[in-house]
Amino acid sequence: MKLITAIIKPFKLDEVRESLSALGVQGMTVTEVKGYGRQKGHTEIYRGAEYAVSFLPKLKIEVAVKSEMLEAVIDAITSKAKTGQIGDGKIFVTPLEQVVRIRTGETDGDAL
Amino acid sequence: MTIESLKKAGLATLASLGTLAMTAGVAFAQEAAKTPTPDKGDTAWMLVSTILVLLMIVPGLALFYGGLVRSKNMLSILTQTLVVTCIVMVVWALWGYSMAFTDGAGLNLYVGGFSKALLKGVDTATIVETFSRGVVIPEIVFVAFQMTFAAITTALVIGGFAERMKFSAICVFSVLWPTLVYFPMAHMVWWWPGPEFASTNPADATVAGAGMIWGFGALDFAGGTVVHINAGIAALVGAILCGKRVGYKTESMAPHSLTLTMVGASLLWVGWFGFNAGSNLEANGYAGLAMLNTFLCTAAAGVAWPAFEWILKGKPSLLGAASGVVAGLVAITPAAGFAGPMGAIVLGLVVSPICLFFVSVVKNMLKYDDSLDVFGVHCVGGIIGAIATGILVDPALGGAGIVDYTAGGAAVYPGLVPQVIAQAKGVLTTVLWSGIGSTIVFGLIKLTIGLRVKEEVEREGLDIAEHGERAYNM
Repeated sequence: MKLITAIIKPFKLDEVRESLSALGVQGMTVTEVKGYGRQKGHTEIYRGAEYAVSFLPKLKIEVAVKSEMLEAVIDAITSKAKTGQIGDGKIFVTPLEQVVRIRTGETDGDAL
Repeated sequence: MTIESLKKAGLATLASLGTLAMTAGVAFAQEAAKTPTPDKGDTAWMLVSTILVLLMIVPGLALFYGGLVRSKNMLSILTQTLVVTCIVMVVWALWGYSMAFTDGAGLNLYVGGFSKALLKGVDTATIVETFSRGVVIPEIVFVAFQMTFAAITTALVIGGFAERMKFSAICVFSVLWPTLVYFPMAHMVWWWPGPEFASTNPADATVAGAGMIWGFGALDFAGGTVVHINAGIAALVGAILCGKRVGYKTESMAPHSLTLTMVGASLLWVGWFGFNAGSNLEANGYAGLAMLNTFLCTAAAGVAWPAFEWILKGKPSLLGAASGVVAGLVAITPAAGFAGPMGAIVLGLVVSPICLFFVSVVKNMLKYDDSLDVFGVHCVGGIIGAIATGILVDPALGGAGIVDYTAGGAAVYPGLVPQVIAQAKGVLTTVLWSGIGSTIVFGLIKLTIGLRVKEEVEREGLDIAEHGERAYNM
């Protein structure tokens, strides 16, 4: 099993969610985050105070999938989240040791 | 408008003023034996004006200021504004009204006495004069109206040291500062023997019975000196004595809700009609003039500030528009019933770039942390408005002229230089009185209970640390 963490531009969420649903991915966790990579920030001016804001709002999506689905999921996220502009985001894949469905006690593959 | 049409407008104003004064004079002579009674329209207007000024403070000022601070301090601004207002109102009733609006005998140039402490002698039947001979309003309404002025002036000051002053220090400030600074200022600018005395006595006798700044001949319709310059100086003194916020200039202190700041600014504008037009003390054409000026100066300033930002910084901002609106309101405050509408527009166009200069260039150059720009907007805007009043009151510029009660109420204008000098004397006295008085008040508090919260408190945010609450539980 793999845990896929994807940082994407916020407005891309619906497209990514729909394409993952179509693949059979049945759940995801979304967090609002701030971050930067190569995309520079901007300057905000409030009366006499200027602030250089480095962090940009992004969304972090976490999905847990069976290893066989990994390639398909990465392709789906990549194709839907991409705009071609700097700041499209990144995908991190980490191995997932164990998964439990709390309501039923099902584990691993049955819990995904 | 051409000079010719301005002159015609000025002459028309003069003529109607003269007619108004003569009518009032004739009517009064016929009823010489009777004490004048309040007109229900005037009384109703003053009742409404009073409530409008309360709206300016709560929630107007509370939200305007609150939106500008970080969310961890939002509740502290709301609490400070509300509680300061309440404290000052009680103090006003106990001794403030008396200190401001009674004869002070030997000290009358500077402050009143205690003859009306605890509002002794004020009841539903007592009256005060307006600015028209023979026209009066209930004193009890005047007490309430002026009470809101004392409250808002004190509440304005807290913006200078937002996000770092102890709540206990602010409570003590709310008692000491009005007593030492505001009540005498209100007396010096607004205490005078009244139109009846002024119409039947030589001018120097009237001056002899008036507060010092009134005696200079300085015009201040609704409190450019008493309220705005006064609060601005006090805020600067407080900001300097309290010290800069931790992380000032290195950490982000961006406003947490410009949405609420705009709501606050809007409520300030609406309420300000009570502040300016209500300062006419009666419901007539002069209240109408004050209302129109409060629209036009504000509108011009609300356009000018973002316009200058657009040119100088690249983007017109909401905070700029809201700040322009407030600067315009401040500037027209002393001029509201004196300037003509075109003069009000010019004043608005002038005040915004100057205040913008002070809150960005001067503040950063001199490195003081006047957190919410009380000095840059209220003091500077107040000074510009106060000086401009001396110019814009000229009937040749569409102004209303100055009523000469010894000449049957004719509108006169002593000339630009003498009037601007009179205005300048008023401004200078205010700056000195507020500067020295505020230094004493903040100094006293600093030496006894201390002004500033501990650094850990400032870091955590005043809401949790001083009040045990969050503004937002989301």
